[in-house]
Amino acid sequence: MQASRLSRQVPVNDGVLTILHHLDLEIASGESVAIIGASGSGKSTLLGLLAGLDLPTSGEVRINGENLFALDEDGRAALRGRLVGFVFQSFQLLPALTALENVMLPLELAGAASAREMALSVLQRVGLGERLSHYPKHLSGGEQQRVAIARAFATQPKLLLADEPTGNLDSATGARIIDLLFELNREQGTTLVLVTHDAELAARCGRRLRLVDGHLVES
Amino acid sequence: MNLLRLSWRMLLREWRAGELHALSFALLIAVGGVSAVGFFTDRVNQALTTEASQLLAADLVLAADHEVNQELITEARRRGLTPVRILTFPSMVVTAAGNQLAEIKAVAPGYPLRGKLRIQSGEGEQDAEGIPEPGKVWLDPRLLAQLNLAPGDSLSLGNARLQVAAVLSFEPDRGGGMFSIAPRLMMNAQDLPATALIQPGSRIGYRTLLAGQPREIAAYRAWATPRLSRGERIEGVSDGRPEIRSALERGGKFLNLAALTSLILAAVAIVLSARRFLERHLDGCAVMRCVGASQAQVFRLYLYQFLWLGVLASLAGCLLGYGAQWVLARQLGGLVAADLPAPSWVPLAYGLLTGVATLLGFALPFLQRLKRVPPLWVLRRELGGPQRLGLAGFAAGIAVLLALLLWQAGEIRLGLYILAGLVSVVMVALLLTHALIRLLAPLRRGVGVTWRYGLANLVRRRHASASQVMALGLGLTALLILTLVRGDLLHSWQSTLPQHAPNRFVINIQPDQVQPLQDFLGNHGMASAALFPMVRGRLLAINDRTVSAADFVDDRAKRLVEREFNLSWAEQLQNDNQIVAGRWWGKNHDGSAQWSVEEGIAKNLGIRLGDKLTYQVAGQNFSATVTSLRKVDWDSFHVNFFVIATPALLQDSPASHITAFYLPAGEEALLNGMVKAFPNLTVIDVAALMNQVRAMMERIAATVEFVFLFTLAAGLMALYAAISATREERMVEAAIMRTLGASGRQLLLSQLAEFILIGLLAGTVAALAATGLGYVLATQVFHLPYQFNPWLWVISLASGVLGVTLAGWLGTRGVLRQPPLQTLGRLC
Repeated sequence: MQASRLSRQVPVNDGVLTILHHLDLEIASGESVAIIGASGSGKSTLLGLLAGLDLPTSGEVRINGENLFALDEDGRAALRGRLVGFVFQSFQLLPALTALENVMLPLELAGAASAREMALSVLQRVGLGERLSHYPKHLSGGEQQRVAIARAFATQPKLLLADEPTGNLDSATGARIIDLLFELNREQGTTLVLVTHDAELAARCGRRLRLVDGHLVES
Repeated sequence: MNLLRLSWRMLLREWRAGELHALSFALLIAVGGVSAVGFFTDRVNQALTTEASQLLAADLVLAADHEVNQELITEARRRGLTPVRILTFPSMVVTAAGNQLAEIKAVAPGYPLRGKLRIQSGEGEQDAEGIPEPGKVWLDPRLLAQLNLAPGDSLSLGNARLQVAAVLSFEPDRGGGMFSIAPRLMMNAQDLPATALIQPGSRIGYRTLLAGQPREIAAYRAWATPRLSRGERIEGVSDGRPEIRSALERGGKFLNLAALTSLILAAVAIVLSARRFLERHLDGCAVMRCVGASQAQVFRLYLYQFLWLGVLASLAGCLLGYGAQWVLARQLGGLVAADLPAPSWVPLAYGLLTGVATLLGFALPFLQRLKRVPPLWVLRRELGGPQRLGLAGFAAGIAVLLALLLWQAGEIRLGLYILAGLVSVVMVALLLTHALIRLLAPLRRGVGVTWRYGLANLVRRRHASASQVMALGLGLTALLILTLVRGDLLHSWQSTLPQHAPNRFVINIQPDQVQPLQDFLGNHGMASAALFPMVRGRLLAINDRTVSAADFVDDRAKRLVEREFNLSWAEQLQNDNQIVAGRWWGKNHDGSAQWSVEEGIAKNLGIRLGDKLTYQVAGQNFSATVTSLRKVDWDSFHVNFFVIATPALLQDSPASHITAFYLPAGEEALLNGMVKAFPNLTVIDVAALMNQVRAMMERIAATVEFVFLFTLAAGLMALYAAISATREERMVEAAIMRTLGASGRQLLLSQLAEFILIGLLAGTVAALAATGLGYVLATQVFHLPYQFNPWLWVISLASGVLGVTLAGWLGTRGVLRQPPLQTLGRLC
């Protein structure tokens, strides 16, 4: 994955606020990268841009050689469906769907023939084989995040982006989630980019980048 | 006081944050809708009253068989009312060719105060400017034909010689005394002395027409009524003619119905917005509790905010309503009376009260829940938010709504019918939605991802779905009632006045002319015209107690006691009569003396089944028992009598006969032949009068249609409020699905699947409710035949699906274009 001269500005009351400033980034296949930085430094914004969930003011992001922002919203969604998994800080499970249905969702959206079986197997892998028909509101925070991780890995993405995956969890649960994340990452050979405050979590990544004043510096 | 100020500051803060926009908008539109309908119907009602006053040519008439007490006229002038005096009397009109009895009307400048005269002169038919000049007269076409006169010819009236200046083709107050109408001659009152016809003993009707503002008219009427002497009476717009009164009452009911439904839709919109407000304020409320606010303080803080909001949004809504009704009034153009009177202040007060009371009625239960949110909510969402409100939670709001309904309906029965409809829609919607959801839920494993998602959302939001179906079902029900059901009702109503209703009445038929006249009519293809005997009688006593006008409070009752009744006798009950109490004597009765009385007049005079009535006919008294009460269909325009006797009782009294038939246009020659063969007959032309009534009914129908347009907007607001209550939730979910790789089409379909299901449910509920309510309204309220309309179902289901999907698509399509993180960032 490659980002070049990536900028993001937002209009504020008295002018324009620059969050990311001509930022360049290159991440090799299979690499694990932690993006760290102070609150409000633009970590989540950067992650959103890398996933094509937001539009930059200028610059481009290439995944597998494809320029994300040359595609329309549907094109980016299709690319994500094929190549990218995403884990949110606040889990973002669909409350109407059971754990199994939540994991099946990206597979079905991509038209996978055996969505149910694939979802079943990955849910069993994260240890939730007994909780298939539970709704998100009946699951604990750690369980919800495990469903979210199962959902992210279900499509066997090349790239997994995680935004503060342990931010809403206690440290013991958080540690188990991190273990799971790295295990699956290893098993599937996924490229992992995660945004975190957690120094311990950052330390487990192959590379650490600090976001300062809109620029990335190796840390 | 501090809390009051703080609440104001918080209101401003939340306004800037955009928290209150949706609620305020719903409230503003709702009050705007209600008050626009209020302002507009207020003006239309006033206009209809004015319209009806054309049938009097005035707003109020002082009528007497002698000169009206001058004190009454002076007081009317002092109060700013315009009096115009007219005299009517029968007299012979003489020409070289022959003579003819005519009803003379001597009018003064200013007549008619309401409505217009129409005349034909050299330039064709036109509205008359003023009245006949001194020395000139206007004759109706019948008199002109009977006397073989043309404009420019002269005639004699008493001692005066007058010139025919024009043909009088329309007189607004012609219908005043239908059975005394001879052909009309209208003259200028200045010529009266020259005729020397006003002599002691002349049968002259003195009428003073009055016009002015409704409030002044009402005040004057209240002042004058106790000062009337014997033989003097006051006629108001709704006192006379039963058929015109029933037309006015029905028009009023239709307008009220329109206003009522917009009120219900307003409440639906408010509930949906208030619930959303609660959900969005849980966090803020919990934070306030955390920083030391007591439950009571939190409650008062929100209560004051809602009061501020209620008053401000309602005021703005009233302004909007006031503006909207001007636009409506302008759009109406010539449909309603040329100038609508200015609206009164009542709709403003009504709008304000409606807004504040409905908002508080439905918001207070939510505020109660809000104050009970534990401070721990800030930290532990999984504790669960406040419990959902059941129906009982809305008791206060429903009570407010009921009070407003009854007030607006102006009558308890109509209000209760609407409420019953409302409650049944709620119950049916809830039961049906839950049943259908249970039925649909298992399908979810067998369908594709988009339908599964739609179904899953429907199931998850079971309660929200049920309330949406209820809101949409209500909105659709109201719209259906106002379009299809209203159309059906109006159609039934208008068809009660068949095209071929009798338009000519013939009176003064002598007993020995009955057979020859029947032969004459039979020879001219009118064999079906029935002749009815008629005797004039005065009511002397009820149960041997002499009656006098002073015994009655009601004006109509007083007048009925003072004047002579047209009595009749019959063996068979007329088709358009229905016995509502007692029994009709039938053909083979025992010969005992009995009366059958029309139920309306029985109510006016306090006559009950079994009472003994004594009538004086030609100096002889006739006593008998009331054995039945009849309901008469006055809209049929057939000959009808208030009081009918058994044949044996009256058939030896001096009687004349009366008949009514339909004369197609262009066959007036038949009448001339009839009058030549039976010169003493008086033919009354009611075609013009009926056209007047029909035109007024059409006007009322058109007015309701315009009011309906506004109610349609209120319905769309309720629909929009229902969709936007879950809009942000949907946007977040769509953004998550986008993140997971959903295409725009998949996203759209998964949203539409749910909307289509909700639309189908709402359509089913609305069709059921509208069919039921239409049946009740037709048979119980308007007493019209009910006809099932299958289109109601087709249109209800189709518009449910189309409406919800369109509104849902409009409400959520933004997410398809917006990068998902912007949606998630804004809403999470």
